[in-house]
Amino acid sequence: MLRLGGAVGKTFMIPYNASHFKTLCTAKKSLDPMSLTLEQVKRIAHLARIEISDDEALTTQGHLNGIFQLIEQMQAVDTRGVEPMAHAQDVSQRLREDTVTEGDRRSAYQAVAPDVEAGLYLVPKVIE
Amino acid sequence: MINASLKQLSQALAARQISSVELSTLFLDRIERLNPTLNAFVTVDREKSLLMARAADARIAAGTAGPLTGIPIAQKDIFCAEGWTTTCGSKMLANFVSPYDATVIHKMHAEAGLVSLGKTNMDEFAMGSSNETSFFGPVRNPWDSSRVPGGSSGGSAAAVAARLAPAATGTDTGGSIRQPAALCNLTGLKPTYGVVSRYGMIAFASSLDQAGPMAASAEDCALLLNTMVGFDERDSTSLDRPVEDYTAGLDKPLNGLRIGLPKEFFGEGCDAEVMAAVRAAIAEYEKLGATTVEVSLPNSHLSVPAYYVIAPAEASSNLSRFDGARYGYRAPDYANLEQMYEKTRAQGFGAEVKRRIMIGAYVLSHGYYDAYYLQAQRIRRLIADDFVAAFKQCDVIMGPTSPSTAFKLGEKAADPVQMYLSDIYTIAVNLAGLPGMSVPCGFVGGLPVGLQLIGNYFAEGQLLNVAHRYQQATDWHQRRAVIA
Repeated sequence: MLRLGGAVGKTFMIPYNASHFKTLCTAKKSLDPMSLTLEQVKRIAHLARIEISDDEALTTQGHLNGIFQLIEQMQAVDTRGVEPMAHAQDVSQRLREDTVTEGDRRSAYQAVAPDVEAGLYLVPKVIE
Repeated sequence: MINASLKQLSQALAARQISSVELSTLFLDRIERLNPTLNAFVTVDREKSLLMARAADARIAAGTAGPLTGIPIAQKDIFCAEGWTTTCGSKMLANFVSPYDATVIHKMHAEAGLVSLGKTNMDEFAMGSSNETSFFGPVRNPWDSSRVPGGSSGGSAAAVAARLAPAATGTDTGGSIRQPAALCNLTGLKPTYGVVSRYGMIAFASSLDQAGPMAASAEDCALLLNTMVGFDERDSTSLDRPVEDYTAGLDKPLNGLRIGLPKEFFGEGCDAEVMAAVRAAIAEYEKLGATTVEVSLPNSHLSVPAYYVIAPAEASSNLSRFDGARYGYRAPDYANLEQMYEKTRAQGFGAEVKRRIMIGAYVLSHGYYDAYYLQAQRIRRLIADDFVAAFKQCDVIMGPTSPSTAFKLGEKAADPVQMYLSDIYTIAVNLAGLPGMSVPCGFVGGLPVGLQLIGNYFAEGQLLNVAHRYQQATDWHQRRAVIA
């Protein structure tokens, strides 16, 4: 996580990124999702940064296992040699000149933020 | 005026038979009276609408009006509109007043001069097929208030079907324009991926999302599509191609049109009476000079499974931006940053959105990526290749839009998989990136049935022509729900 600066009692930072995914990921590598355990459901919720109660985890476990049962139909298909399709038109990403094209609208964008100070977004302190 | 076509409204405005302020007031009054029952709109701002209407009247008076200047329209609440609350059907954005315009909004209002009547209800973050996942409550189907309007563009569909608006916008990631159009007796078009800019359209699954018009007829859709399309520097997947006039070819005769009928769409799994209405529509096309040929989309049964890997994967990434730091909801109480994220997202998202984020997080995680995400992308290729092969034998593909008519509120809400299967005929079109339409083609027990038309890449003009000719020969699309 990137720390941008600090003020008394607050730290300014860019929100979490996905780089933690690999290290936080479930240790079990079973490809049988029918066995998605309550523990795994809670871990996925944590990876997704969604607080989940025990009751919710139980309901979610049932729903996710039902959905993965549907998804599982894919595994029967032999796709060796098939190029994965990421985008409908298979066009490559367009590049543009590395120049500023947008005007400065910081105050308009920060007007809708929950907590800002001196042009920075405020979040709870993360580093002592 | 309430039931007039966009062309008729355009002529009436040009002839000064009515002003945009008068026309907009007519619809705003109707919204005020009927919306409490239907819940089709989540935001209405009479002052803002009338301000736009007055500007449109000034353009008409000055002789600088376009064909749709002054005509009111309902905007799905997925499009950011400057100064308008833009919620995407979520508690997460219930307080979000957009500081900027989506490209679609800019083109339709600032450029074409349409008047916004407000923002329509939708499934939360466009995830749903019934409009029941909205934080702002379900929308009722104008044809039967105990039934769903479809989703995710359910508010747009109900608004147009009940004539609270002459037309509306929708977005379609897996069927969200076509299925509600079918369930509410509307004509709806999902363009080829990349034709309409996604800038400012709150992202669900970026490689599938596409905006399009929902209206009473193909002609109305063509007029609207003309205002929506075009290359946009701000959308990295926007396609730079010549501008078309989608109304130009509407009247072309259909002699020699080859209609492909995928055998997979005409097997089991569809309500028999719905299927009978679809077959009757195809017989009508034969009378109009078309021929039919059986085609096959052998991998179409894999479209729902592949979609429920790809769309949640993209959603889990897109929705990571809702963290309580920069906009939208923030949980009131938390001890540290991680709790702020976790509580904000737990309280701000509804159950279906959380499920899809979690599926996405799982299929993208280390050790599962190849088995799920890459496999789904390979199957996506197989599905797209099926269409390429089918279009060697035919010009358009037809079949049902939805396997049933509008279902009851609550009927499928408890079982996500049953809900997902209501998009069984529409999802493959998004995976392939093709244009698709739904066109009214009959009724079963008083409820509308939609015929799905699928075209080759960039065949929007042809689809609109095929739909328009059918609408010249039939009057299903002119039937209106009786609103109490």
